[in-house]
Amino acid sequence: MSDTQAQTVAFVRETEIPPSPPPIREAGAVKWVRENLFSGWFNTIMTLVALYIILRIVIGVFPWFFNGVWDAGSIRECRDILEGATGACFAVLVDRWDHLLFGFNYPQDAYWRPTLAFVLLILAAVPALFYMYVPSKFLIGTALYPFLAYWLLWGGTLWLPIAVLAAIILTGVVFRLVESMTVSTRTIVAGIVGLVAGVGLAYLLYLGAKELWFISTSIGTGGAFAGLMSLVFKAFSIFTYVFFIPMGIFVGYAIYQSASDGGLVTLVTSLLAIALMMLYAVGPVSGVLNGIIPIELAAVESRQMGGFMLCMMLGAVCVSLSIPLGIVLALGRQSSMPLIKGVCIVFIEFVRGVPLITLLFVANVMLAYFFPPGSGLDLFLRVVIMITMFSAAYIAEVIRGGLAALPKGQYEAADSLGLNYAQATRLIILPQALKISIPGIVNVAVGLFKDTTLVSVISMFDIVGMIRGPIQQSTDWISIYWEPYLFAATCFFIVCYSISQYSQWLERQLQTDHH
Amino acid sequence: MKNTLFLGALACTALTAGVAGAATLDEVKARGTLNCGVTTGVPGFAEPDANGVWQGFDVAVCRAVAAAVLSDPNAVEFVPTTGKTRFTALASGEIDMLARNTTWTFSRDVDLKFEFTGVNYYDGQGFMAPKDLGVTSAKELDGATVCIQTGTTTELNLADFFRANGISYEPVPIETGAEAVQQYNAGACDVYTTDASALAAQRANFEDPAAHVIMPEIISKEPLGPLVRHGDNEWADIVRWTLNALITAEELGVTSANLNELAAGSDNPEINRLLGTEGDLGGMLGLDADWAERAIGVAGNYGEIFEKNIGESTPIGLARGLNAQWTDGGLLYSPPFR
Repeated sequence: MSDTQAQTVAFVRETEIPPSPPPIREAGAVKWVRENLFSGWFNTIMTLVALYIILRIVIGVFPWFFNGVWDAGSIRECRDILEGATGACFAVLVDRWDHLLFGFNYPQDAYWRPTLAFVLLILAAVPALFYMYVPSKFLIGTALYPFLAYWLLWGGTLWLPIAVLAAIILTGVVFRLVESMTVSTRTIVAGIVGLVAGVGLAYLLYLGAKELWFISTSIGTGGAFAGLMSLVFKAFSIFTYVFFIPMGIFVGYAIYQSASDGGLVTLVTSLLAIALMMLYAVGPVSGVLNGIIPIELAAVESRQMGGFMLCMMLGAVCVSLSIPLGIVLALGRQSSMPLIKGVCIVFIEFVRGVPLITLLFVANVMLAYFFPPGSGLDLFLRVVIMITMFSAAYIAEVIRGGLAALPKGQYEAADSLGLNYAQATRLIILPQALKISIPGIVNVAVGLFKDTTLVSVISMFDIVGMIRGPIQQSTDWISIYWEPYLFAATCFFIVCYSISQYSQWLERQLQTDHH
Repeated sequence: MKNTLFLGALACTALTAGVAGAATLDEVKARGTLNCGVTTGVPGFAEPDANGVWQGFDVAVCRAVAAAVLSDPNAVEFVPTTGKTRFTALASGEIDMLARNTTWTFSRDVDLKFEFTGVNYYDGQGFMAPKDLGVTSAKELDGATVCIQTGTTTELNLADFFRANGISYEPVPIETGAEAVQQYNAGACDVYTTDASALAAQRANFEDPAAHVIMPEIISKEPLGPLVRHGDNEWADIVRWTLNALITAEELGVTSANLNELAAGSDNPEINRLLGTEGDLGGMLGLDADWAERAIGVAGNYGEIFEKNIGESTPIGLARGLNAQWTDGGLLYSPPFR
């Protein structure tokens, strides 16, 4: 056979034909264009229409950018330079660059402080965001960052944040100490703490009742609405008057009773310890230390801060506070203890049912009535509390979604391993629930970051407040419109897009389902 | 109505709390700074400059009061307020006085329990339209679309004016002046209405001011002035007479140029009383004799402040008009210093 073959067949190929390149129509850019843009008569028309629109936009917008004036002292000078041609007046960004970033009131010789704080923020965020690649000891730096950043931004003495840090560490020590006590020692501690907490609570409630009564009497200026409000406040006041002593006794007794298992008494002791230290020790101690070794920066008040810095500060603080708070609320809402569950539900539903702007007005305006002028909480802190509450309620619901998505078997498996509630939650439930919730949490975080611009309605000068107030309403830049807003949009886009990209990367990292 | 009632209740709450406190003058002196509420920015009236220093016509009133009380025109803590937060800021005691383009109206004075201490600018609502529209009077605006800032008295005035003249309009509600100008120039509305001073200021900065006309009709009275809380008349007197001192100084020809010379004593007894070389007007206010001299020394008299911030030589370019001295046919008329 083979002989026959060898004679009848003139040529036998001994090597494989080298692959020839695909036809030009089926390769590279041409193929992509053919498949994606001109794959049929309908798509061809759509492509041509889209190209035309894009071209028109570019032709329209390009001169505006290209002719942009970068060096002028006012919008009128800009117009003189342009001489009637279309062109942007980017000079406003140059002229008010510092204001857009730091607000108009931040001391100019201190601009390095927020800049340094921002650089450190990135450095401090890396160990927390890329924890799988960074040794965990770097997390200590992340934990110390808030104290350093506070000092850099607000100034004053460095000993104050150090004293607060020391108070927190001491509280941890107290927590450990009470937890490791024998039951008989703890009973004595529980007795004392129960007494103090009970009396303290009763006193606070008594003060609250008095305040409510004061409000109810000062509202009554006539009219149905005022009368009704007055009655409501009176009812609250009477209710509190009746119950302040029983509530004190009840709480004190509950703490005393918890001595054997130790949960409540440990918590309350720690809380009391930190409250007492914050109230009475931190100020004097840092004052004395500063007297011995003064390390001080010029103090800057919250009201002096503004620009994109304020947005970043509010965004960073509120996101990092509202995620833990949201987790606690979500777990609380799933709790089997009716009191905790009830409190969490009321909090979440109330806060979600109120617009953020209302909460901000409450923070700015209403709280001013309850504190004497000049005292009370710092405006920045009030705003942080309100935004954190708001986004925590949303994050709690997102995480609850994650918790609900876990199969019941996961909970039962955790129970069958003999893990207690805290262990099961920490090791089994939360890692899975949080992974599911990442897109939702990031969604809330991005939304929160953009919501920080709402503070402009309570006359804090964040970047939008700066633009709408002092820049657009200045004699030099009167009614300038597109340029500063474009700048603000760019700033927000950079940050929000980075957050979004990070979250997608994190999702891929945590992917365990191997599809 | 409900809103007013609620604000009233709030103001009242603060008032009861405020009266119990120390007098505002003592508080300001103890604090060492004057907390003065201003706008978040109105060209020429209150705006931070490129260095972050507050400048403007309303700001000058704050500085004059600070100079009179604390001998330092820079001892002012400027608290920016929005149209929505201004009254609560004053009622709650966060600020000592409000100098913020606020129209003196009955309900604000009486119902909200504030004390207007005079008028530093007489304004009124006007209309602006492109010349191409061919309209010469606001009464010809039947069926026009009107750009208007929401939440201000201008909105109510507009409705009143059109109803009284039996013509119709379509409002285009807008939040800030800058947006209004943007919309107006983009043709979203035929007419833009707001206070005449703002109209003139905005128009002066258009690319082609001559292509727009301001209608002759002024449809409302908008007396703008500083205000304080009810219940502390001594403090109200200080703010009122500081403003009057600036106005009187212009009437009597006391300027920043001749202030030092006149403060040494002059032939005019009223100037002497004003500047403290005769009588004891400062002592009656609870201040020293040179209080008015210091107030005028900050930026000169009313006319000088006007010229420097919003006058015809500035980009805002406002004429004195109603805000001229009564001797020049305007409405400025300070009670005598006697």
